[in-house]
This record gives sequence, C-alpha cells and structure tokens, in this order.
Amino acid sequence: MSVIVVLILFSIMVAGGFLVAFIWAVKSGQYDDKYTPSVRMLFDDKEKTILNEKTNKTNS
Amino acid sequence: MMQIETFKYDNQIVKSFAIATVLWSVVGMLVGLIIAVQLYVPALNLGIPYLTFSRLRPLHTNAVIFAFVGNGIFMGVYYSLQRLLKARMFSDFLSKLHFWSWQLIIVCAAISLPLGITTSKEYAELEWPIDILITLVWVVFAINLFGTIVKRREKHLYVAIWFYIATIVTVAVLHIVNSIELPVSFLKSYSAYAGVQDALVQWWYGHNAVAFFLTTPYLGLMYYFMPKAANRPIYSYRLSIIHFWALIFLYIWAGPHHLLYSALPDWAQSLGTVFSIMLIAPSWGGMINGLLTLRGAWDKLREDVVLKFMVVAITAYGMSTFEGPMMSLKNVNALAHFTDWVIAHVHIGALGWNGFLTFGILYWLIPRLWNTNLFSKKLANFHFWIGFLGIVVYASSMYWSALVQTLMWKQFTPQGLLQYPNFLETVLQIIPMYVIRSVGGLLYLTGVLVMVYNLIKTAKQGTFVADEEAQAPPMIKEPIKYKKGLGHRWIESRPLQFTLLAAVAILIGGIVEMIPTFLVKTNIPTIASVKPYTPLELQGRDLYIREGCLGCHSQMIRPFRTEVERYGEYSKAGEYVYDHPFLWGSKRTGPDLMREGKKYPNSWHYYHMNDPRLMSPGSIMPPFPWLSENVLDISSTEKKISVMRKLGVPYPDGFEAVANEELKKQADTIALDLTNAGIVVDSDKEIIAMIAYLQRLGTDIKAKKQ
Repeated sequence: MSVIVVLILFSIMVAGGFLVAFIWAVKSGQYDDKYTPSVRMLFDDKEKTILNEKTNKTNS
Repeated sequence: MMQIETFKYDNQIVKSFAIATVLWSVVGMLVGLIIAVQLYVPALNLGIPYLTFSRLRPLHTNAVIFAFVGNGIFMGVYYSLQRLLKARMFSDFLSKLHFWSWQLIIVCAAISLPLGITTSKEYAELEWPIDILITLVWVVFAINLFGTIVKRREKHLYVAIWFYIATIVTVAVLHIVNSIELPVSFLKSYSAYAGVQDALVQWWYGHNAVAFFLTTPYLGLMYYFMPKAANRPIYSYRLSIIHFWALIFLYIWAGPHHLLYSALPDWAQSLGTVFSIMLIAPSWGGMINGLLTLRGAWDKLREDVVLKFMVVAITAYGMSTFEGPMMSLKNVNALAHFTDWVIAHVHIGALGWNGFLTFGILYWLIPRLWNTNLFSKKLANFHFWIGFLGIVVYASSMYWSALVQTLMWKQFTPQGLLQYPNFLETVLQIIPMYVIRSVGGLLYLTGVLVMVYNLIKTAKQGTFVADEEAQAPPMIKEPIKYKKGLGHRWIESRPLQFTLLAAVAILIGGIVEMIPTFLVKTNIPTIASVKPYTPLELQGRDLYIREGCLGCHSQMIRPFRTEVERYGEYSKAGEYVYDHPFLWGSKRTGPDLMREGKKYPNSWHYYHMNDPRLMSPGSIMPPFPWLSENVLDISSTEKKISVMRKLGVPYPDGFEAVANEELKKQADTIALDLTNAGIVVDSDKEIIAMIAYLQRLGTDIKAKKQ
C-alpha cells in the first residue's frame, strides 16, 4: 500500500499549489474589481420596453 | 472614441433548444411515471419486452439527464453566452448541427435502450456508435463556444462562462475515459476495464456526470438567469470565483463514495468520503450566492413566479449538496446505499434543482423571446405549487420507504437470526410508499403539462424575433496592465489558457485516483479458483445486461453481518477480475444476486423467470417469458470470446473454434435437468443461457471451500 503515500503527497502538492496561487493572487491585487462584472451583465444593449421599463431608464 | 458595432443575436437556436427542453421533459417524466407505477403493477409492461421496467429505467434516467437537462443547458448557454460576450454564436451552421445531432442521439437512445442495446453502465448505457456520435457533437459544441469566446466584444469572462467551460472540458474527459470499450459487433461492446477497476471508472464518471452535467452548467445558468430575473447583481462576485475553483477541483475526487463498503480498496473509499465532505463548502458557496442575491428584496418573491421557482431550485441544490456528503459518510451509507434513499436524493436534485431552475428560466425566457408577457401568471403559480407539492410527496415517501426497508434488512431477533429473512417481506412493506411516490410524480408531471400549455399560449400571443439586434464596441486587444500577472484576471481574459488549466486541474484528480488501481497488482488479489465464464454463461451474462437486471439486483455483498447472513460470504475484489463490464448494481429493489448460484434448482429459475409470482407470491419483478421463446443467438460467441481474450481474460488459444460446441454441451445438460424436473424446453433457448449464468454467480469461491 505504499501507493497511498504517493497519493497523499500528490494531493497535498496540488492543493498547496492552488492555495499558494490563490493567496498570491489576492495579495497582488488581482481581484480588485470584484463588483463591476456582476452589475455589467444586468444591462443588455436593447431592452424590451414592455418588460423592463425601469432598467431602460437606468441604462440610458 | 470607439466605433460602435451593430450585430445580431441568434434567438432561433435558443428557441429550438427551448422547444426540445419542454418536449423531452414531458417524455422523460412520463416514462418515469410509467416505471413508478410498474413497481406495484408489474403487468403494466403489457407483456411487451420493450416496455419492461428494467429496460425503461435507463430510458427514464437518460431522457431526464441528457434530453431534458441537456437541452436545458444548451438553451441557457446559447442565450446567455451571446449576451455576456456581446457576440453572435461563432457559427450558425455549427449551432444547427449541434441541435439536430443532439436530438438524433436522443432518438437513438429512445430506440436502442428499450431494445436492450446497452452497455449496462449507469448513465453511460448507450452503445459505442452512439458514444462516438456524442463525442463528435460535444466537439461541435466546444468549437462553437470557444469560437464565440474568441470573437467576443466583452473582454471580461463572466462567472457563468467559466462554469460552461469547465462543463465542456470535464464532460469530454469523463465521457471518453468511461466509454473505452471493445466492440463485438455494431451494437455490442465490452468495457475495457474489469471488475473493481470498471466500478471505479464508472463511478468516477457517474458522480461527475452529476457534477459536470447536472451541477456546473446549471450553476452557470443560475449565475446568469437569477440576477437577470431579480434585476440585481449576484450577492458576491468574489465568492463566485472562489467557489468555482474549489468546486471543480474537489468534485472530481468524490466518485468512490458510490462504492463504500464494496470490494474497492479501502483507501480509495476514504479518499472519496473525505472529498465529498469537503464539497459542502463550495456547494453551499453557490447556494448562498444564489439566495442572497435577493437580500433586501425578498418581497419580490410574493409577486414573481420566476423567482419562486429559482429560489426553491437553489434551496433544493443546497439540500442535496448537504445530504450528498452526509450519505458519503460510511456509517450513513451503510444504511442508505441500495435503498430508496438514493432515489429520494437524486429526485430532490433532479425535480428540485434542475427541474425548477429550468422552469424558472423558461417562464423568464419565453416571453422575452416572443416579445410579450407571460400568458397566465395564475397558471404559472399553480404549476409552482403543484410541482412543489409533487416534490414533497415524492421525497417523503421515498425517505420513508428507505428507512423502513433498510431497518427491516438489518433487524435481528434476540436469538441472532434475521427477523425478516425473506427479502420479499421487506418489499411488500413499502409498496404503499411506491403508490404515494407515483402520486407525487403525477402531481409534478401535471404541473409540467400546465406549463406547456401556458408557454404555447404565451408564444402564440407574441411575435418571435429570430435575429435580435444589439450594439457594442469592439474588444480592446492586449491590455498591458495585466500581462505580467498570473492571477485570475490574466486567466479570465485568456480562454485557451484557462481551458488548459481547468483540464489539468481535473485530470490530476482523475489520474491520481485511477492509475494506481490499474497498476498496483496488490489492489486486486487474484483468487486461484476464480475462472472465466463458460461460453454459455457469457451469453447468459449478456442477456442479464440486455434485460437490465442490474437496475434492481446488486452483485455486491458488503461485509456486514446482516448481509452475510442474508446473502452469503461477502464479495472479494478478486472475484470480479473477468467481469467486463462489472455488474455490481446500485439499487436493491430485489435481493442481491452475488451468491445466487446453486441456491435454487434450475427449474426454480425457469419458473421464476417466466412468472416470478409463481415462486414468490406478491413479487414485483416483471415476468420475462420471452426468454423461454427466443432462440439464443450463438453466432456471436466466437467474436465475444476473442474480444474477451484481448481484454485479458485467459481463454486458451483456439478456444473460439470449440466455444459453441462447449456451449451446446452445457446447454444440453441444463435442458436435460429441466426435462427431469418436468419442464419441456429446447436447449437452444435464451432461458438456458440465463439459468447457466445465474447458477454460476458467486460459486467460484464456494467451490474452493468444499
């Protein structure tokens, strides 16, 4: 069952790699704009006037 | 400063997929209702082989997963992707090709599964020519999606698109790895993997079919349609990034939780359990993000039927993703596995999460596509409540039946004997629950039919615009700001690199788990007395696969005293080394058959297959009288033996030439034994092969003991 040692090492390496990448990304400010994309998707270029009158006003 | 470009969204393809979604939802759920009733009225197959429970069950699962949910995914992706990327789909031709070939696959499945053309591997039952077709269609979908990403006008890839990409990449890998099989003929193949290995690959696939077909694409749809319907941004964009990465990395490891207490090596089982528990976090991240989108606007729920559907869907997602990890705990699994608990669990997911989210999207999308308002809010509300009631009735009856049955299976008398040694007694006890379950299904289907009417009326009162005009500035190429960074921004704007990274992440999970089991021989202790199947038994085994017996009968005795008492010696990994494919099953509607061999005389099996109620009064097993009428096709024997040898089964060289002689010899012995018991049957009938296989089951290590 020596294979289980290889497995654990492999998993820790991969998981650790992701963790390091994530911490580094946060620290280096990669996630600065974590708001605009979530709002931008709400605005379509052409709004259906019957349905979304409110959205239309804010959009234009 | 920037030239605004005018272009058109392709709504026609969205419409096509929407119609297909609605159509197949009715078909898939109707088949589900039929088989639910068959469980207490076995005669409902009307004596027709093609309508038998065991053949219709895979049709139901495939229709719901790949036809209903599949078309639902494509409907949502083709609508949202174009708008999120501010671009028309890459190619109208590929869109159409994708649509029509996916429907072709569904029709092929609807024909081949009732005919008994199946690989027997759950949710991967379709035979190899259809597997190849699926792969090709998936490539078409991938080209179309990535092509659209390349020609997009919006630089940022919204969170939903990551989920779509993860889906495309992972489903491709899963489908190909699990479908590696060697063809015997145009309509028959054997899995390249055997026994334990096949089981691990199958459930690696099976679980990730849930993860990457029923979950990630639907989370993507949730991230688009939920904010749209609520007209509010998603609760936390940062949470969506974190939970996405965590989800795709963790999900791929959880498969072995389908094989707890089985003959799979213990460490692989534990690995599956640990990762299943960890999955609660990213899953609930998705649920919280979806539900909290309505923060401060919960009053909208009173008015908006679309939001009602979506909120129940996301709640159902949260419940299933909590229940799933709980069921992956070995002590809970010991109770839940093989029972209706699993059925309840998947239906919370399918009816609640996938069903209700699809209905929510349809009620939002159809009025928009046809430039009108929903025909009737009242009918939609009726659909919501009757569907909700249907889910509650369905799930509670199944939980009840599961608990009753599993406790009966495990009950000992004070003297240490099984309290209910007759399996049938535990079945008869839960039949009322089966009746109630079908009522739940009927309620749910009624709601769907009301929706169909409502949507048709909506479409009729509006006007459909096939090409919707839109405007956007072109994308600015190569921003220098993020070029050096290796963070998320960098990935977001580079779809190709992102795809590669996602592929690497999921592949590492799969490889680490599977390769050792293939390579390390200690995982599969070979047992000297285990021998390959005789030609007649092999043919019988293929009949067992054709009739779908494994839908209700497991071949895996777990090492519990209750199971050893009831069925016999627990299953060893080494007993399955010649099983291409493995037939462990996942549900015990009937008893386990691992040690069925030599338990009853040949005549018992003959009578039982012809009319189960003759031997077990009250049994809910469908009769298989055609086995005694059909002549066994032995033209395939030679090829089957030679394919099996290629897969590593040690048949002696030149055995093909004498295989059919051996087959006839064994058939004559069984026919003679039946004649002695007063049954007149020709030795060339299918029933003889079936009996030969059933009498062989689990006897190899029995023989060693004597």
